[in-house]
Amino acid sequence: MEQQKHAASLGMWLFLATELMFFGGMFCAYLIYRYSYPVEFGVGSRTLNLPLGAANTAVLICSSLTVALAIRAAQMAKRTLMVVLLLLTMVFGLTFLVIKGFEWAEKYEKHHIPGASFQLSAEDMKGVSVDPENMQDFQQRTQTFYSLYFAMTGLHALHMIIGVGLFLYLTYAGWKGQYGPGYYTPLENGGLYWHFVDIVWIYLFPLLYLIDRNLQK
Amino acid sequence: MATTANLTAERENYLNREYGVSSWLLTVDHKRIALLYLASITFFFFVGGLFALLIRLELLTPAGDLVMADTYNKLFTMHGQIMVFFFLIPSIPATLGNFLVPMMIGAKDLAFPRINLLSWYLYIIAGTLMMHCVLTGGVDTGWTFYTPFSTAFSNTKVIEAGLAIFINGFSSILTGLNFVVTVHRMRAPGMTWSRLPLFIWSTYATSVIFLLGTPVIAITLLLVVFERAFNLGIFDPNRGGDPLLFQHLFWFYSHPAVYIMILPAMGVVSEIVPCFSRKRVFGYHFIAMSSIAIAVFGFLVWAHHMFVAGISLYSALVFSALSYLVAVPSAVKVFNWTATMYKGSVTFSTPMLYAFGFIGLFTIGGLTGLFLAALGLDVHVHDTYFVIAHFHYIMVGGAVMGFLGGMHFWWPKISGKLYPEAWGRLAAAIVFIGFNLTFFPQFILGYMGMPRRYWQYPPEFQVLNVLSTAGSTILAVGYILPMVYFTWSLRYGKPAGDNPWGASGLEWQTQSPPTTFNFDQTPIVTREAYDYENMPLPEEVSLER
Repeated sequence: MEQQKHAASLGMWLFLATELMFFGGMFCAYLIYRYSYPVEFGVGSRTLNLPLGAANTAVLICSSLTVALAIRAAQMAKRTLMVVLLLLTMVFGLTFLVIKGFEWAEKYEKHHIPGASFQLSAEDMKGVSVDPENMQDFQQRTQTFYSLYFAMTGLHALHMIIGVGLFLYLTYAGWKGQYGPGYYTPLENGGLYWHFVDIVWIYLFPLLYLIDRNLQK
Repeated sequence: MATTANLTAERENYLNREYGVSSWLLTVDHKRIALLYLASITFFFFVGGLFALLIRLELLTPAGDLVMADTYNKLFTMHGQIMVFFFLIPSIPATLGNFLVPMMIGAKDLAFPRINLLSWYLYIIAGTLMMHCVLTGGVDTGWTFYTPFSTAFSNTKVIEAGLAIFINGFSSILTGLNFVVTVHRMRAPGMTWSRLPLFIWSTYATSVIFLLGTPVIAITLLLVVFERAFNLGIFDPNRGGDPLLFQHLFWFYSHPAVYIMILPAMGVVSEIVPCFSRKRVFGYHFIAMSSIAIAVFGFLVWAHHMFVAGISLYSALVFSALSYLVAVPSAVKVFNWTATMYKGSVTFSTPMLYAFGFIGLFTIGGLTGLFLAALGLDVHVHDTYFVIAHFHYIMVGGAVMGFLGGMHFWWPKISGKLYPEAWGRLAAAIVFIGFNLTFFPQFILGYMGMPRRYWQYPPEFQVLNVLSTAGSTILAVGYILPMVYFTWSLRYGKPAGDNPWGASGLEWQTQSPPTTFNFDQTPIVTREAYDYENMPLPEEVSLER
């Protein structure tokens, strides 16, 4: 039993290492393009909705807390409390996804989705001076920012959806009384995954929303 | 002999314990999953081989007469994608690795048996998608998917092929994860790290590459898929995207992938050589650590695929120097195998013939790799048949030779039967001759300047191309033969006995074929891995020599 528990958590940590490399590819692309096109990325950054992004960050931090508390509740054999905390975690997760959905809808309305109808408005470009003849190229390059934004937040959201599914199962199993002080390995591993997805967001938020919001003129 | 035969026939084992389709498709036994993998990768090997034969047939004449240029592009693309992702990468780890890792360390199964089955299903889903892609039009980007051709210009099924390889990646990751955890947590009492068989060391190193490399190709191909499907602009030069970034990300995995293919084959050779030399392996720790070193260095050399793609001279110099570094652990292995054979009582049985083939061909492939790592020479021979010949010496001459050698070595354990030794030696000789006839002329062709990926060529290259095509048909015979006599031996082969080679590994201490849980009781290890000085030579082997 002890051996199985160790095997499972080692397996989870290794899986998270692969996840790190998976997101790492995109972070690497982000780093290189941010370095190559600082103004374009600045313009992109400040069009993102800061209040919604910040709210989502808060929601996720709260969800990580409830996960940690749920594990503690399992260790202390408080089954009802554990189930409630797990449910709360899922509610936070779903809240995050709903807010994210509103943000994406806003991007759609503002023509910020990469592709043929992509358009930066005069307000988006306020304070940035670009030669009219270079404007076309500038807009094209700004699409790189939005492409990365959608790829990174999209895959992050997909991980959240998988996480909610995972917690649905954990809640069910917990409610059936499978976890207690003696055995809570799945809960711990599910928690590791959840924290990992949170941490990815903790990096995404400043990189995408915060850097260069107050672009130098 | 007769009594052993009866005993083998009657004993319960993993093959006769249960029958029926569901006992295979829902099995969590690592040995049965290994056989599922064996059947599936053999299928893909022959599909990929068919494309190779069509390529060689087209190149029989200088004119582009058998297929159109577009079809030719698809042929070499799908040959590459199927052989790399659906045969070579899973080949030894998923079949022999799955079968042997738990047995070699004295465990009942892998750490996560159900995840092991899941990884086979992921492979099958990916393979089905790939076959659908092949049958409904195929891809023409080359196996490398270089952007912007793959994202903006190709009119073929890039999305489907990309997703197939993406899904297949998860199968590799889960296999690697299972192996690492198993080796860490499931070793039998007394099986210390310095008593681990060298096959385990190389599988372990391979698994680390699976875990750290595969996710990077997964995200890279996914971004290509996103770019085509959702019009994102990550590698699109029109929108400021950098095709070189794609190449960096692609080769960050795809160079270590070469070591995914070759390291397990090295592990197989490290098992075969001491057994058929009846000697303890020379420099155990050096061979073990050189596997780890290859895995680590493998991550630091990827840009040597991009010397002429527009990277800076400074980074080209650094990557060139680092590429030379890989030669050190590789040479350590070759010298240690040779030293193991020195003054050993060497038997020229089939697995040993493949091991000889591996050592020779890998050495040629490795040394020509150094030619390519040299900046000046690479400018001359890049994108020519010299490169094709080089990597086929590693992948076919190395990895496939190792795979076949391993299949022959462990076939008695897997099936409980002996294959016909004379046919085995004949097939090994045919493979060796056919291989060299196919690929050695390509070194010369490449050096003379014949570029890769063209469906027609100037008439002065024809003689060497005819030689190469002739060789490929011989090679095909060499690959079909083992298929035939392995299948034959299942019914008509002589019973193998538990340890027909007198080998020292734990997997030979249990019955052939093993029971579902491998050992009747957990073995306790008291000896080093290759204690051949104290191993008696079994009767069967002495009769064979």
